[in-house]
Amino acid sequence: MDFQAWPDAQGRFGAYGGSYVAETLMAPLAELREAYERLSADPGFLAELDRDLQHYVGRPSPIYHAEQLSRHVGGARILLKREDLNHTGAHKINNTIGQALVARHMGKQRVIAETGAGQHGVATATVAARFGMRCVVYMGAVDIERQKINVYRMKLLGAEVVPVTSGSKTLKDALNEAMRDWVTNVADTFYIIGTVAGPHPYPKMVRDFNAIVGREARAQMLEQYGRLPDVLTACVGGGSNAIGLFHAFLNDAEVRMVGAEAAGLGLATGHHAASLAAGRPGVLHGNRTYVLCDDNGQITETHSVSAGLDYPGVGPEHAFLKDAGRAEYVGITDDEALEAFHLLARTEGILAALESSHAVAQAMKLARELPKDGIVLCNLSGRGDKDVHTIAAREGVEV
Amino acid sequence: MTRIDTRFAQLKAAGRTGLIPFVAAGDPSPQHMVALMHTLVAAGADLIELGVPFSDPMADGPVIQHASERAIAKGVGLNEVLGWVGEFRRRDADTPIVLMGYLNPVEIHGYARFAQEAVAAGVDGVLLVDCPLEESAVLQPLRDAGLQQILLAAPTTAPVRMAQLCGSAEGFLYYVSFAGITGAAQLSTSDIAARVADIRARASAPVAVGFGIRDAASAVAIGKFADAVVIGSALVESLSGAMDAADIEGRARDFLQPIRAALDAS
Repeated sequence: MDFQAWPDAQGRFGAYGGSYVAETLMAPLAELREAYERLSADPGFLAELDRDLQHYVGRPSPIYHAEQLSRHVGGARILLKREDLNHTGAHKINNTIGQALVARHMGKQRVIAETGAGQHGVATATVAARFGMRCVVYMGAVDIERQKINVYRMKLLGAEVVPVTSGSKTLKDALNEAMRDWVTNVADTFYIIGTVAGPHPYPKMVRDFNAIVGREARAQMLEQYGRLPDVLTACVGGGSNAIGLFHAFLNDAEVRMVGAEAAGLGLATGHHAASLAAGRPGVLHGNRTYVLCDDNGQITETHSVSAGLDYPGVGPEHAFLKDAGRAEYVGITDDEALEAFHLLARTEGILAALESSHAVAQAMKLARELPKDGIVLCNLSGRGDKDVHTIAAREGVEV
Repeated sequence: MTRIDTRFAQLKAAGRTGLIPFVAAGDPSPQHMVALMHTLVAAGADLIELGVPFSDPMADGPVIQHASERAIAKGVGLNEVLGWVGEFRRRDADTPIVLMGYLNPVEIHGYARFAQEAVAAGVDGVLLVDCPLEESAVLQPLRDAGLQQILLAAPTTAPVRMAQLCGSAEGFLYYVSFAGITGAAQLSTSDIAARVADIRARASAPVAVGFGIRDAASAVAIGKFADAVVIGSALVESLSGAMDAADIEGRARDFLQPIRAALDAS
């Protein structure tokens, strides 16, 4: 099977994806689909995007052999794709710069976004500032409390941050509220979704903009190591950094792929956000995918130490890759992620985001299973400065 | 003829505008739900839209969101809602019931199982907000069982698509009066009138208009050109907090009766 051929024209990845939205959004989605199809085939647009990725975002990001960490673990070599070195500190800007360019070409003056950890909100506020667009970011009240630094960063960048107090007051509710804003202001507003979820064409478009991560990494592997890695790993909340890394390798059958979901306090406790590892197929936020819900179909509250993974759904392409057996998805607990955070800090001098620390923890597990000449390529999707307060609070330290 | 089709035929014959109240199932009180439905009929409802609670109601404003959250907190799900419809049907064989909500509760319940149980209970149609025509193949078991799928049309609906919706509409077509969420308060009657006239010229199904209708005055204004008016958020708001049977009945009656009277007088 050609795994890179998806989605189909209806935005379906096998049984997943699609456009499950209210009638009011069908027209703006069609308009977006047409604009994106036209622009993504336009050499001028692609050149503009490449220029920005190089000179504004700072691409390409290196792959870095974490020798001390690898030695400490005592298995295969762990390589880190350093998305934490991008402008704004995470992979999220790959997507926001792309969507903001699409918005500009569509003549939209106002952008909105939802955010969990605040990384996508910051990346959206950043490009909005640069392109002179008004920016409103919806953020769950619980996340605003645990990500104060990013909230302030967004404000410094000129964005308005709107607290969302409905439901579980986290990422999923922020997404609901952003959708409601979009329904109400479709004429002048572009909704910059931060992950590979939502209705068609978002899962495809957000993937395309993040796929540069894997394209670069694949070329860097061949150039620097003369081979492909044995296994890829990345954290999965909505799944944008994971699909960004995986996509270029999907047809390399010898490369294994493992997504690390947030197992929170443990999958058995029910306090987690592992939609693929512990959920079931359902419909949420405009697409069919794996969701965490009860027998009444009510979406359940999730738990993760990392706000960016605290989401009860997942991008439909991951659901498809799981069912097809092309990628595996496993849970990493809060404690495992924190342990990996500290170990990476002490051995390599890198403060990883709590989200990315899940991938590091999984990379360590995979490295132990492989011989010393094996290679684990881990997406270090973001830096951890934003999480310093959360970690200090957990460890009883006053900053 | 289905119960919905019969009801709209009766309305047309009598020259009346249909009145469709929406209530969030389980709110304000699960144990008084069936009594509330009978009260709505006694106060002039021609059809009842029963909102199936969902945790992530993306198209709804704060009033219905909160009603949904309250119902979920009391354990209300599809099983309870179907139970109430079944109980309602023992005393009312004529008033059509449409379940309005989102796809996930039905998907998780199972389409075939839902279809069978809903028909057995006496449900007549479903309006699944996040299941547009393009995705409605999954609803085939519902159609096979005899449930009508009520489609939405919106101010943003493009002409070609509107033609498809008009061609596929069954029961009635629900025209969303403005681009926004339920319960918002912006209505430009003349714009809506033009759109509805266009739809009525093309669709064989009757047209109900909803979103933004709050009281007798706005109902009458819309009723001049629509086959029926839907009132949701304002009713849900007026019921919220009522706890005993008499209070719920009184509030529902006091809210709906003046609207019925105004529609009939206009």
